[in-house]
Amino acid sequence: MADLVLKDVEKTYGGTVNVLNDINLDIKKGELIVFVGPSGCGKSTLLRMIAGLEKITGGTLEIDGVVVNDVPPAQRGIAMVFQSYALYPHMTVRDNMAFALKLAKKSKEEIDAAIASAAEKLQLTDYLDRLPKALSGGQRQRVAIGRSIVRDPKVYLFDEPLSNLDAALRVATRIEIAQLKEAMPDSTMIYVTHDQVEAMTLATRIVVLANKGIAQVGTPLELYETPNGEFVAQFIGSPAMNLLPGKITGTGKVTTIEMDGGGKATSHYETKDSDLGQTVNVGVRPEDMVPAEGDYVFEGKVNITEALGEVTLLYFQSVDGADPVIAKLPGIHAELRHQTVRLTADPSKVHLFANGVSLKHR
Amino acid sequence: MHPAFLGLFTILVGVSVCVGYYYFSNQLLDKVLFPAKGPNAGRNINRREMIRPWLFLMPAIFALGLYLAYPVVKTLLLSLSERLPGGASQFVGFDNYTKLFADEKFWEALQNNMLWLLVVPAACTAFGLLIAQLTDRISWGSIAKSLIFMPMAISFVGAAVIWKLVYDARPIDQDQIGVLNALYLLFGGQEPQTWLTIPLANSFFLMLVLIWIQTGFAMVILSAALRGIPEETIEAAIVDGANPFQVFFKIKMPQIAGTIVVVWTTITIVVLKVFDIVFAMTNGQWQTQVLANYMYFQLFTAGDWGVGSASAMIIMLLVTPILVWNVYNARKEMR
Repeated sequence: MADLVLKDVEKTYGGTVNVLNDINLDIKKGELIVFVGPSGCGKSTLLRMIAGLEKITGGTLEIDGVVVNDVPPAQRGIAMVFQSYALYPHMTVRDNMAFALKLAKKSKEEIDAAIASAAEKLQLTDYLDRLPKALSGGQRQRVAIGRSIVRDPKVYLFDEPLSNLDAALRVATRIEIAQLKEAMPDSTMIYVTHDQVEAMTLATRIVVLANKGIAQVGTPLELYETPNGEFVAQFIGSPAMNLLPGKITGTGKVTTIEMDGGGKATSHYETKDSDLGQTVNVGVRPEDMVPAEGDYVFEGKVNITEALGEVTLLYFQSVDGADPVIAKLPGIHAELRHQTVRLTADPSKVHLFANGVSLKHR
Repeated sequence: MHPAFLGLFTILVGVSVCVGYYYFSNQLLDKVLFPAKGPNAGRNINRREMIRPWLFLMPAIFALGLYLAYPVVKTLLLSLSERLPGGASQFVGFDNYTKLFADEKFWEALQNNMLWLLVVPAACTAFGLLIAQLTDRISWGSIAKSLIFMPMAISFVGAAVIWKLVYDARPIDQDQIGVLNALYLLFGGQEPQTWLTIPLANSFFLMLVLIWIQTGFAMVILSAALRGIPEETIEAAIVDGANPFQVFFKIKMPQIAGTIVVVWTTITIVVLKVFDIVFAMTNGQWQTQVLANYMYFQLFTAGDWGVGSASAMIIMLLVTPILVWNVYNARKEMR
């Protein structure tokens, strides 16, 4: 299948409204790349530019070493699955899948064979003569995927394919997509979503988009464990990472920080002597917070508890309108409500950010 | 009284009688006939809720009965009877229909109507669809659309007068005020033509007027339908490799097929009833007769109520199936 290279890609509407800038990305054959980002960050626009539905206003897009900026969508060797499925409502499932092949003037035998194999893969064989309106949401989504498969494209593009499905079906279809990817290890896929779970579970690599550009690219665990800045740190993981202000008081292989809230934190982030006295944000994920005996990183009064059974979420009273600190403790701790609680975290789980940038990535 | 005041007065009286009817009849039902109190309160509420819809529908039912149902029955009776001198009438069975079918002019009218039926709805729908599609993506599309829609606001007689001027002919030594003749002479025509007297062609000249009026209607409805097509199905087709023509004919058209049928049948009904244009422009001369004008001629010019009513029944017979189909499709579209 195909390598995909984006070089300095930009998107500007009407010559003035710039929505994407400096997109540089090297996608290898067989990867499943997920674009995530807050709404309006341009992730769908970027996907549509790759598809050829939006013009690329700057930079180049290469598929298999060929610049395809001005190649029409159908000749780029891509197939796209839309959020709303975009099935042709007046055609049966079979005709929906056959449409592209008929336009490409494939022989009847070829078309039949392609449809039969795709239908089998997606368990649609019994539904081939139905109209889309007679199918359930999940089946429609599978037809949309089938319509891509029959074309045997170099690159599959998915634009939030699961967001119209209900929660249970979404999980099931997500697993189907993962299995589909496994069955076609050579196909390159690009997947846009705002759902973190989809991103974390499906992706070979995640591309976090923010502020008109790429914030960070990496495997799901890289992004989770070593975010390059506060934005990615808070975007990946749910609930978001807590950021607590403090000042560096000890540097070296292990850094110590005096917290503005009175506590003391230790981090395995390395610092230089020149960092001494630097104000930083200490990042701790809610799930990494543990009750402190002795030294503590954070002290606060629990405002609300949410006991979910396997874990309990503690929402602390927020100070000066800042986002409330959240901790996730295993087990049920409803009794902590209105109590003052001290929490700490393992030094390997404590992240440090100065001016929004991770001290590991400066 | 000044006619303007009379008109205003009529409007005021009409509206207040309407409002008054609904208000007071409702009050009568709620307060006097079936009050929601006393020993039978529950029963009264049930009864008045059963009566209320009929109460509100009554004026409409009455008006429709008086102005639609009764005339149909009366026309049917008239078509089966003959007027005798002195105002009496006599049942003659199907004599009027026999007379009608023996009249060459009737067949000419029927033939012309069929020609109109073939050409006008098809042309209106095709032009309407074409314009709707072409004006969709351009910045001045809505201006173009309002201009094309404007003839809808002109009465058929008004349009007929306008187009009569377009087809007007003056002697060769005078300036042509008819645009068609002016163009004809400009592009090498020898002498001005009286377009409306050329058989067959003149029917098409008349049709053009109706097409000019109805294209706006078709365009507005079809434009709304085209906008209703999910954008993603079109994008999916583009990704699938469809060219603009394939997108239009294989993706867009089938998705608005229901609307196309509704537009087509609606215009078909207009065409079957077409009267004003023919009446005002040729009055059925030079072989341009159509059924409605034929009916008018028989009723009011020849004074033959029997044959006139019979041709009215024929028109109704032709319209009814199309009307039923139209309503069926329109309802299906709404679902």
